[in-house]
Amino acid sequence: MTNNHEPLLECSGVSLSLQGRVILDNVDLTIRRGEITTLIGPNGAGKSTLVRVALGLMKPDRGSVNIAAGTCIGYMPQRLTIDPVLPLTVQRFLTLASHHPKSRLLETLNETGAAHLLDSPMQTLSGGETQRVLLARAMLRNPTLLILDEPVQGVDITGQEELYRLIGNIRQRHHCGILMISHDLHLVMSATDQVLCLNRHVCCSGHPDSVRNDPSYVALFGQSGAKTPVLMPYNHHHDHSHDVHGDVVAGKDQHKGCNHG
Amino acid sequence: MDDFLLRALLAGLGVALIAGPLGSFVVWRRMAYFGDTLAHAALLGVALGFLLEFNANIGVIVVCVILALLLVALQQQRRLASDTLLGILSHTTLSLGLIAIASMETLRIDLMSYLFGDILTVNTTDLYWIWGCAIVALAVLIKIWRPLLAITVHEELAQVEGVPVTRIRLMLMLLMALVIAVAMKVVGILLITSLLIIPAATARTFARNPEQMALFAALIGSISVSGGLGASLKWDLPAGPAIVVSAAILFFISHLWWSRRAQAGGAI
Repeated sequence: MTNNHEPLLECSGVSLSLQGRVILDNVDLTIRRGEITTLIGPNGAGKSTLVRVALGLMKPDRGSVNIAAGTCIGYMPQRLTIDPVLPLTVQRFLTLASHHPKSRLLETLNETGAAHLLDSPMQTLSGGETQRVLLARAMLRNPTLLILDEPVQGVDITGQEELYRLIGNIRQRHHCGILMISHDLHLVMSATDQVLCLNRHVCCSGHPDSVRNDPSYVALFGQSGAKTPVLMPYNHHHDHSHDVHGDVVAGKDQHKGCNHG
Repeated sequence: MDDFLLRALLAGLGVALIAGPLGSFVVWRRMAYFGDTLAHAALLGVALGFLLEFNANIGVIVVCVILALLLVALQQQRRLASDTLLGILSHTTLSLGLIAIASMETLRIDLMSYLFGDILTVNTTDLYWIWGCAIVALAVLIKIWRPLLAITVHEELAQVEGVPVTRIRLMLMLLMALVIAVAMKVVGILLITSLLIIPAATARTFARNPEQMALFAALIGSISVSGGLGASLKWDLPAGPAIVVSAAILFFISHLWWSRRAQAGGAI
């Protein structure tokens, strides 16, 4: 078992450009065991790219990604669409990468609240059911680090709350480190230990309460994000304070918007 | 049964045996157009084989593999969509093949037999090639079945879970090249993709899991080959097209059966 204080995953100074566009600019990220870290940020902020770099699916131009020895990563991708022409039940889907006995499948599905779906064709699942099955597939690997790319995507508000609670339970029961991407702010704030507000560079990071009052967070998400921690869908207008200074690109401009230049 | 008919049947069955399971992946991965492109390039392989005096099968395999690698390299750029690239490569290689064959004045190649197949002239050497390649391809496919299925469902998830994605994809390309090279004799380069996708699409109606679909596709392909050959014999039809048409008839029957069942409220 990895020591609690040693990071499971450490990204330092990660920079990445795609086709001349800066996607990530000098990003640091540390995930420890038993901690939930949430990446938030507007569309195109590089959240998914950072996750892909952390997973080793993309190589950064600069900076390093270190994963502690013995770390097993469970990954839940953002989207899963299986063509109806492929006949695939949940049971087969869960055993695509490695074999597990049925008892273990049921036990894991039970934990994610999807045990009744074992024999269902993947294509008949609802958004929330698909997410639970995906989470089960990640959990089957006995991960020490869970990486979840928008785990509540396509799930209604009540379902979102349930999923966040489930993720919190998993962290407690299995004591794994969790990195997740979220679009919405308020639901996720209560379920997380560390928030990293990303807009190509790290705007601010820390405990949810301190982030919520950080000027750069307010600049990015607006006052409503700071003042009303209630259920509320993510509002894209929050990004406008950034856009006023022009498209958010690397360079001096963006620091004005973020108030830490 | 006449010898030539027996050889034709054996050749067709050998191709159907591997085309079914491989075709299932072509359907699942939406590679029909890719298969077409490789098939069109096969003519260039035949011409090169004649020009450089080596076996046409090897020429086809080499050209298909080079084309597949070229395509992977071209897909790295994002200016043009895949189907545009495939369209460019497909018709360029077909035209190059036609030009190469036309310019070989000393050799007379029966172009029609390459375009539409010539299963009734299969000889014993062809049979060895077909069954040899089919058995090798089938063995490789069974070996990489699980990881190939995993990357078909979600490539990045499979990669994170330790599947060697690049190697598996490369092997799939090689299998396609191999199968196209031997299937050419049976239905010709313009009709090869039909043997890959029609039986697999038909099999979907009855299959409850991926393995069943592959197995049924091989069976349905075999029935199509036998039916097509029979029809060709009885009514003096060109054999390759007759095989494709009989596969299509099976598909439409299965589709009708499926829509009736779906109306009655059947399952997926």
